[in-house]
Amino acid sequence: MNRYAIWKYVVLVIALLVGAFYTLPNFFGEAPAVQISAAKATAKVDLGVQERVESALKTAGLTPELLALESGSLKVRFDSTDAQIKAKDAIQQALVPDANDPSYVVALNLLARSPAWLSAMHAAPMYLGLDLRGGVHFMLQVDMPAALNKKAESLAGDIRSTLREKNIRHSGISRDGQKIEVRFRDMPTLESAQRVIQEQFADLQMTVSPDGAEFKLVATINPVASRRVQEQAIKQNITTLHNRINELGVAEPVIQQQGTDRIVVQLPGVQDTAKAKDILGRTATLEIRMVDDSAEARSAENSNGVVPFGTERFLERNGQAVIVKKQVILTGENLTDAQPGFDTQNQEAAVHLTLDAKGARIFKDVTRESVGKRMAILLFEKGKGEVVTAPVIRSEIGGGRVQISGRMTTVEANDTALLLRAGSLAAPMEIIEERTIGPSLGAENIAKGFNSVTWGFVAVTAFMCVYYMLFGVISSVALAVNLLLLVAVLSMLQATLTLPGMAAMALVLGMAIDANVLINERVREELRNGAAPQSAIHAGYDRAWATILDSNVTTLIAGLALLAFGSGPVRGFAVVHCLGILTSMFSAVFFSRGLVNLWYGRQKKLQSVSIGTVWRA
Amino acid sequence: MEFFKIRKDIPFMKNAVAFNAISFITFVAAVFFLFSRGLHLSVEFTGGTLMEVSYSQAADLNVVRAQIAKLGLNDVQVQNFGTARDVMIRMPAAKGQSSAQQSEQVLAALKETDANIQLRRTEFVGPQVGDELAIDGLKALAFVVVGIMIYLAIRFEWKFAVAAIIANLHDVVIILGFFAFFQWEFSLPVLAAVLAVLGYSVNESVVIFDRIRENFRRFRKMQTVEIIDNAITATISRTIITHGCTQLMVLSMLLFGGATLHYFALALTIGICFGIYSSVFVAAAIAMWLGIQREDLIKGQVVKVEGDSEDPNSGAVV
Repeated sequence: MNRYAIWKYVVLVIALLVGAFYTLPNFFGEAPAVQISAAKATAKVDLGVQERVESALKTAGLTPELLALESGSLKVRFDSTDAQIKAKDAIQQALVPDANDPSYVVALNLLARSPAWLSAMHAAPMYLGLDLRGGVHFMLQVDMPAALNKKAESLAGDIRSTLREKNIRHSGISRDGQKIEVRFRDMPTLESAQRVIQEQFADLQMTVSPDGAEFKLVATINPVASRRVQEQAIKQNITTLHNRINELGVAEPVIQQQGTDRIVVQLPGVQDTAKAKDILGRTATLEIRMVDDSAEARSAENSNGVVPFGTERFLERNGQAVIVKKQVILTGENLTDAQPGFDTQNQEAAVHLTLDAKGARIFKDVTRESVGKRMAILLFEKGKGEVVTAPVIRSEIGGGRVQISGRMTTVEANDTALLLRAGSLAAPMEIIEERTIGPSLGAENIAKGFNSVTWGFVAVTAFMCVYYMLFGVISSVALAVNLLLLVAVLSMLQATLTLPGMAAMALVLGMAIDANVLINERVREELRNGAAPQSAIHAGYDRAWATILDSNVTTLIAGLALLAFGSGPVRGFAVVHCLGILTSMFSAVFFSRGLVNLWYGRQKKLQSVSIGTVWRA
Repeated sequence: MEFFKIRKDIPFMKNAVAFNAISFITFVAAVFFLFSRGLHLSVEFTGGTLMEVSYSQAADLNVVRAQIAKLGLNDVQVQNFGTARDVMIRMPAAKGQSSAQQSEQVLAALKETDANIQLRRTEFVGPQVGDELAIDGLKALAFVVVGIMIYLAIRFEWKFAVAAIIANLHDVVIILGFFAFFQWEFSLPVLAAVLAVLGYSVNESVVIFDRIRENFRRFRKMQTVEIIDNAITATISRTIITHGCTQLMVLSMLLFGGATLHYFALALTIGICFGIYSSVFVAAAIAMWLGIQREDLIKGQVVKVEGDSEDPNSGAVV
């Protein structure tokens, strides 16, 4: 009656082998490495780069333990941190001659020391969270109302030029938050304007309302378009963050969207947190507007007088005031690149801008109409605007390639280009959560978590073995299998292991032993009531099963709640907790029964069972 | 080895009033402290900045406080964390100042007195995130309570579901009461521990209820009170051994887990101790007062074979 079919043992053995295989990489530990990846879309990490790295290392007299090219990045492993740092410098010199314009990111990293055949089977060690390996975690909130305001502003400008083209006379266009208000003298004009806007601006929805003697057309961005604007804004910000983080040289940055308006950035191993925050926190947006050159504006520029209607006063970086029109011609969205360089004619320092197609078209129109006038490039940081540069337009500029030159040093050109590039965020962002963990603390946390699990495990198995004798030994082996399977599943899924996760591991082992206690107590009770050993074992396992299921379901409900509503540390706890409950059902019931059957199942005339004291009333 | 040689059923239900009075008093005390002292919520919930710095020698907290006071920051808490060399600094969120500026300012000020200090950890949580976390925590609690009640109502009967939830929620309140009384820090991991305890100690009640149902079926002549007494007596050894094993693990966390896991393990310890108490003494008594009867559990079955494993209603017995 206590025998397993062969296939059940086969399942057990396979589960154990797979478990052992995927747990294996965790034993090899990690080694210092240098990771090379592309910083630009044009740069590729290929065999050519590998050869350059190899020769650079040879000249530096360094021999790597391993050099592997996989999924677009080159990983070079060393046996000591010393060699790693020397190698980083050597590779940096060979691959990145100009630090201001890096084509490749050369970063320090830790690589698993597991042999190649394991890596080839996608068996990797558990993915350690930031609290275990050290690093920085940021959560950034994208200011969506600002993105929508900006969109509304540029739509208002577009409406203005469209109505002018169509020769429809209006008596003023203004923007109030995300609402664009256009006023008309009479109803027919309004209706014709409404038709035009309806045709050309699919993103807007309109309502008409009388406004004193005039008629007012209120256009708002419709929900579909506003969702699209938000999606684009967050995507563009993520791309920008990617570029900025490349400057930092982080081996495996994580940049993810969370919810509709948040971005999570994790930079493992980053120690210079101040610089990281500085680069991420540059919440700048860029706008190109025309400078008002009227006499009124001129006088307002010099004195602190009232600015003309429809203009604003901004300061240049040297403190000079500039009166700029409110209408936005282009935003950072239309700027694809900004690079420092030189004017081809007079070798003056210059900044080269590249605009996208829409930007190029608008720019061409504007420059044709305003030769000799000045335009201002404004950078907004945290709501405050600053004029980066206000050059005079010399001629019509087509093709989307713009050069800003004159009165600039090379350093200034560099700075301006950097500011302009940084300005290509679609909407401002704010850090709303930040966690920094020093590398030594990470190592300590690993040790603490490891010790908790180990000593708890030792104490529980010692007690079980003494109290339940052979059945206790079997329960302990089952508990060890549970731990093995849990580690294997975590390694397989590459779920992030955190310190609370390690605590969950210890807790789940403590809870998993419950199933074996239930079984063992039940077997004892059956024996106490005078059952034969074989039928006592059978009844013990059978009857305990429903209770084990019940108790695991209630625990699992709690685990799932944590998974669904938890964030950060709680999530790390919940993942391990839930997985641990599932693996414990397998090991505590199915596996331990297999061992018992193997040991006792064959003995037809079983006289006694080694399960500790069975007293009789 | 055997710890429990209990020959006669222990008359738990005879003393039910006394047990419930004890737990009612503890409960009221916990609620009182929760309201009078409140929870000492961590930065995760309140929003603000937390810094952990490490000195090369034992740190003089007064010097640290004086340095920070110079910056004009209010409500800053400074305390040792784990060892005398590690200092934890907690600051409420300051308006108009980013976390980066705040923590860097403080670090710079501290470096004036001791250049060798090391920044081990910073944590900044914006106020909006804190509110969300608190709301999510309550949602998770509601989800667990409702989920477990539905499960128990399906598996047993609503009276058991109500009894189990009351008994175990009272554990949760008592854990919170401890945190309020001692002003221990209530952080996200502690919340996780509280919810894990809720799920874990409900299964104690499940085991006892399973046995009560089994007894109703087996001993047709017994009174409800006797049946409950017998059920609790029969399961008590298992209850104490499993909880003991879990507590061994938690103890190991308490000893080796360091300061980060300290309150997490503490919450579990209190939860486990009161979990035993409430499952054994409280849950069954509440079910009794709610008036459980044989008919509630054995519906429309006149003759029943003992322990029929085919019976869908037959729960496990231990």
